[in-house]
Amino acid sequence: MTPAVIAQIEPIATPEIEWFAVSPLLVLVGGALVLLTAAALARSRPPRGFYALFTVVTAALAVACSALLWQRVTDPGRGPFTAIGGAITIDGFSVFFAVTITAAIALGALLADDYLRREGLDGPELYVLMLLSGTGGVVMAMANDLIVVFLGLETLSIALYVMAGLHLRRLESQESAIKYFVLGSFSSAFLLYGIALVYGATGSTNFGAIAGFLSGNVLASNGLLLAGFALLLVGLGFKVAAVPFHVWTPDVYQGAPTPVTAFMASASKAAGFAALLRVFVSTFDVYRLDWRPLMWGLAVLSLLVGSFLAVVQSDVKRMLAYSSISHAGFILVGAEAASDRGIAGALFYLLAYTFMVVGSFGVATLVGGRGDADHGLSAYRGLSRRRPLLALAFTVLLLAQAGVPLTSGFLAKFYVIGAAVEADSYALALIAMLSAVVAAFVYLRITVAMYMGDETEGAEAVTRPAVRVPPGAALALGVAVAFTIVVGILPSPVVDFARDAVPVLLSAP
Amino acid sequence: MNDLGFPLLTALIVVPVLGALAVALVPRSNAALVRGVGVATTLVVAALSVWLLVVFDGNDAGFQLGEKYTWIADFGIAWNLGVDGISLFLVVLTGLLYPIAVIGVRPHHDPKPYLAWLLLLEAGCIGVFLSLDLFLFFVMFEIVLVPMYFLIGGWGYGDRVYAALKFFLFTMAGSAFMLVGIVALAFLHQQATGELTFDLVTIAEAQGSIAQTTARWLFLGFAVAFAVKVPLFPLHTWLPDAHTQAPTAGSVILAGVMLKLGTYGFLRFGLYLFPEAAAYFAPFLVTLGVIGIIYGAVVAAMQRDLKRLVAYSSVAHLGFIVLGTFAFTTQGLQGGVIQMVNHGISTGALFLLVGMIYERRHTREIAELKGLQKAAPVLAGVFTVVMLSSIGLPGLNGFVGEFLILLGSFPTRRWWAVVATVGVILAAVYLLWAYQRVFHGAPDEANAGTPDMDRRERLIMAPLLAAIVFLGVYPKPVLERIEPAVDRLIAHVEASSDFSQPEVAATEGER
Repeated sequence: MTPAVIAQIEPIATPEIEWFAVSPLLVLVGGALVLLTAAALARSRPPRGFYALFTVVTAALAVACSALLWQRVTDPGRGPFTAIGGAITIDGFSVFFAVTITAAIALGALLADDYLRREGLDGPELYVLMLLSGTGGVVMAMANDLIVVFLGLETLSIALYVMAGLHLRRLESQESAIKYFVLGSFSSAFLLYGIALVYGATGSTNFGAIAGFLSGNVLASNGLLLAGFALLLVGLGFKVAAVPFHVWTPDVYQGAPTPVTAFMASASKAAGFAALLRVFVSTFDVYRLDWRPLMWGLAVLSLLVGSFLAVVQSDVKRMLAYSSISHAGFILVGAEAASDRGIAGALFYLLAYTFMVVGSFGVATLVGGRGDADHGLSAYRGLSRRRPLLALAFTVLLLAQAGVPLTSGFLAKFYVIGAAVEADSYALALIAMLSAVVAAFVYLRITVAMYMGDETEGAEAVTRPAVRVPPGAALALGVAVAFTIVVGILPSPVVDFARDAVPVLLSAP
Repeated sequence: MNDLGFPLLTALIVVPVLGALAVALVPRSNAALVRGVGVATTLVVAALSVWLLVVFDGNDAGFQLGEKYTWIADFGIAWNLGVDGISLFLVVLTGLLYPIAVIGVRPHHDPKPYLAWLLLLEAGCIGVFLSLDLFLFFVMFEIVLVPMYFLIGGWGYGDRVYAALKFFLFTMAGSAFMLVGIVALAFLHQQATGELTFDLVTIAEAQGSIAQTTARWLFLGFAVAFAVKVPLFPLHTWLPDAHTQAPTAGSVILAGVMLKLGTYGFLRFGLYLFPEAAAYFAPFLVTLGVIGIIYGAVVAAMQRDLKRLVAYSSVAHLGFIVLGTFAFTTQGLQGGVIQMVNHGISTGALFLLVGMIYERRHTREIAELKGLQKAAPVLAGVFTVVMLSSIGLPGLNGFVGEFLILLGSFPTRRWWAVVATVGVILAAVYLLWAYQRVFHGAPDEANAGTPDMDRRERLIMAPLLAAIVFLGVYPKPVLERIEPAVDRLIAHVEASSDFSQPEVAATEGER
């Protein structure tokens, strides 16, 4: 080709990038890269806790950027907007998840700090991966396009696969990484196939365009679209650990290093729900009659299987894993309502749940001891005598998960139940509340072990290695417990936050 | 804010919470200060409840001393408190029973968390009686489970962990239905009127905003929660375990105050919110209540454990209260309310006495106790009075309540009242029989050395005995404060259902 011909070719129209819109992402990725480079170039080891501190500061900066974005999207004059050629939406919803996921990163980093030293794994890798994985989660929440959802999901997941296998000397950790990787790849394939089918049926991957097409056209044959729904639901259901796509959860949660489990249970679930809510409740709103029964089934199965199987576990990490499945069921109750209140309830639940679950796995990190050796219920026997404050903190978090009033967990349940009842899903609301009673038995079992362990077994407890509570983990637990109680008593700010964070559908400009 | 210029009702809830926090902050080593703070808090609350009694206007049928602050604006939820003739005496009962339970019973270990949990429990119980917001009510109704669970599990006897778990899960399962009912009620009210609120009075006065069949379903949701709490046969099985294994103070509060949460719930929420449904289901509930009366009495007579016997007697007594409540007559409801107070006093006192016997003999097996009367005459004398009050002997408080209930239920629920009367006789059978076996006869070697009541024990039983006699001889001041609220409630039921109070009962009530 001659230069003249080349000159005639139109330059590829790269979209204008509004850097401010992606500032939380930039901060997170930038932080990860700086940390990685600095750690690689540094001659000497950094002072204790530097990596964790750096991660927390990065997370705080990301929250600050999110706060600025929040100001913009809630300003009536400006409001939500799309950026990067309509690939992402910046609305209250994206900001809400940016905050939730970043909080999970910060808390996870605080837990990881002492854990990594204890296990002799100290290094920047986990923190870098956590930041990158969180970035993927935020991308999923911001996505305004199915392809972007997939990009975010892969960023989130690939980092998580590595994190799960980070404990080099523990076989369970390796096993959980492989299991998660193989099954996760499957689910990604499902998701991708679903995206392809939806594209085939609607002619677009952009949410605004899809929603516009679906409301403007009646499909003569909607088999392709419905198959796409089903496949998308499989892919996202896997990420949020909804039954029947949950089988990986207990094994991976149990095997992964406990701080990673905490991150996985909070951030990864939040990101999965972000995509689920935006894709189904917001974009496929017109087809709610088709997907609501599916969501109903997933919710009921998750609630029942999660709570009943949690009862028969003897390992606390597995109990918490199954209980996180039943929490997914509760969030699905909010999604099933397919209303603004349902979404707001699901959001409130996710934020409250993030703090509860990170705190709970945080306690498990400490009690589990070196090498994640013992997560059996017996490790918790008599904890109230050995570590009264730790036992009290765990009790608050467990009671919150059970839905005892004056905790954030109760309001979260109240919120989603309210949404379900408003949408006339009485049966679902009742099943959810009754499954909460079953789940409460699990939490009470742990409490019983901590407070009412028999005296004879208490003697055995003396020989256990003392449970250390390092400052980083103490801070993380303190924040989690404080959030749980304060939001439980004065929920209005978070209620308003969730209410204003309902996703907005915007087409590409 | 009310006209007192002081948030009295909020203080009644907040003071115990502050007391609990204070107890938690006092160092463990300073046992005397821990106890001092705990006792002082209960005394302050008792004083506040007496103040409430003094400022209460006996002629006003509505809610008094109301306080309302927005809590969660988005849902129309408010910190909304008020007191009327029905809740007044339950609050006072709680306020006055607490110092007795706290001073009278010392825990065997860890007094600090024990007192903190007890005080939190007090806040929750008073909160239930004062809440006029459905959400707030549910919060209080549920939160009491946590301290009670820890009290039973931590300081109880024998199979305490099992009893604590059973108690928690039974009640929580009942509440699950109620929560869905509360939420549904609020949203249905919103659909009908456009206003999302959990305010009890607003929703109850807007009768007709909810379809009849729906209201019946919702009533059932509430009824399950209350029936577990009362407990109504056949949902009562948690009660004997919880009462028997709980520490003495726990049993006193459990029987004295917490059982009333269910019957109070029926009155305040069941009848007030769903008058038509309450009238519709009344025969069913009254039947369960009467079954409870007979069943509780028969099973109590068969018990070998003295504490379990008292526990089952509660099932019978609470059956009477349910009968009175669903009789829908002035006397029936009045009797129900005053019987709640009476049962709190007599059964609370009985549990204290059983606790004293246990402290002395380290057994509650009736077979191992014999001739205590010789060894401990004062204890036997006090036990006699309390027992007779529980049986319903005229001149003591139990008679007033049971008589009013039978009188009130006879015109509207004739045959149920007839069967219930048998329960009065059965109560005499099981209690007198137990008394004979425990106190009469010549004490054997093990029982001969049983010490009598000491000064502290006499001191804490004295106010209970005084209340038993006072309410038996002169219940008028209590009844006339209860009556306006009860009449208003019955008028509310009559206005919203095809039920109407028979003339006899109505004119009797006027007197």
